Amino acid sequence: MTAKPVQIRLRGVAKSFGGKRVLAGLDLDVHEGESLVVIGGSGTGKSVLLKHMIGLLAPDAGTVEVDGVRLADLDYREITIFRRRFGMAFQEGALFDSMTVWENVAFPLRRAGWPRERIAARVAECLELVHLEGAEKKLPAQLSGGMRRRAGFARAIALTPKILLFDEPTTGLDPVIKAVIDGVIVDLRRSLGSTTVTISHDMKSTFRIADRIGMLHEGRIIAIGTPEEIRACPDGRVQQFIEGRADGPLSD
Amino acid sequence: MSGWLRPRIEAFFVEVGRFFVLLWRVFAWTPRPPYDFRQLGTQMVRIGVDSVPVVLLTALFTGGVMALQTFATLKRFNAEGYVGSLVAISMVRELAPVLSALILAGRCGSAMGAELGTMRVTEQIDALEVLATDPVHYLMVPRAWAATLMLPALVILANGIGIAGGYVVSVGLFGANPVTYMANTFQFMDWNDVSSGLVKSAVFGLLIAIVGCQKGFYTTGGAEGVGRSTTRAVVLASITILVSDFFLTKLLY
Repeated sequence: MTAKPVQIRLRGVAKSFGGKRVLAGLDLDVHEGESLVVIGGSGTGKSVLLKHMIGLLAPDAGTVEVDGVRLADLDYREITIFRRRFGMAFQEGALFDSMTVWENVAFPLRRAGWPRERIAARVAECLELVHLEGAEKKLPAQLSGGMRRRAGFARAIALTPKILLFDEPTTGLDPVIKAVIDGVIVDLRRSLGSTTVTISHDMKSTFRIADRIGMLHEGRIIAIGTPEEIRACPDGRVQQFIEGRADGPLSD
Repeated sequence: MSGWLRPRIEAFFVEVGRFFVLLWRVFAWTPRPPYDFRQLGTQMVRIGVDSVPVVLLTALFTGGVMALQTFATLKRFNAEGYVGSLVAISMVRELAPVLSALILAGRCGSAMGAELGTMRVTEQIDALEVLATDPVHYLMVPRAWAATLMLPALVILANGIGIAGGYVVSVGLFGANPVTYMANTFQFMDWNDVSSGLVKSAVFGLLIAIVGCQKGFYTTGGAEGVGRSTTRAVVLASITILVSDFFLTKLLY
């Protein structure tokens, strides 16, 4: 898997918000077709990292390259089109709450100018992939947390993106639903063959979905490797995090 | 002094800058497809049609009060024959556009602030961008044009009802002659009185939408932030209306 070309390349990415340094010159490569999970504590900037990959945030310093294109070189309209190669699932689903599930999933297809019959077929397909058949007419407010996330996944994969980003897909769900969501992510990857980057602080689901794991701490990736390598990582901070201990170098 | 004043001055210019950037982006995106006429229609109903009752009620009583006040005052000069003209011209030139705009700021400016603010804090605006849709194009363009078109339409209704309110009070309460009152109403009014009021209200409509959307669009800080944005949308839109009213009136007279 090391031979795979790099799809997302971050170099020296730094970002501060109101004087608070969130990313401190971060380097990261995401290879084509792999499933990378970025772990790290709450508030360490994992979501910020994800938003840099898709160009929702621009770095103060450093570069983000996707498929060899520097995001900073794209103008406002070009990046809007460029984003079609991404699918992003947000933390709480971020479904449009004035629209039904069906309309939510159809939204990207409509905006891309698909004809009506193809939209209907594709929406049905996407909802089937996330096991949400029968929820088409429901509004987001009528769905459970797990269903909202899956509807968000369905919307994210509608345009068959090459890159899928998941922002804390299992946070706040019960263990059974978590396992279901992890299963859906693994299935989606298998059926789409997309590169996926997932943000998580849940170690159980991380080990279920990751090809590689990277740990974000104080604005940098402090360790990265296969699940086995991460389990065997000598870094005390990594060990404390994956074992979920209260005392250790992270708490100091 | 600089410790207290400087961040406030900076914040002021940031706000003004955002306003003009959004205004420009609304104009820039308007001619570009896809054209979302369904959204435009929805917003026109929400902003225009749904505001009809409250705007009419306000206009009716404003016209009535105008007649009450001016009748008593003009009577002192034996000039009560001019109540009709005074009510009509005040309504058409000033009161109907400004009061309807203030009502719209309260009803719709706040709603836009709250709706876009909620969409911001629940990442729906980020989701739009990720789904290759510009939020200004999708959310603000229909709202801005709906408000710009519907406020003048509301003002036309308010003009009529306000004049009717004045008529009811003058004729019903003070026993003015119905025929002369009506003749008097339109005696001194010219087209410029009506048109300047309508032009003003179109500008007010645009201002309300941009300010409301701006406050919502730049919301931070969860539910509390949405509350703050909603309040600020109304306050700022109202102030903008009153200030721009002065300059527009100066310009259009």
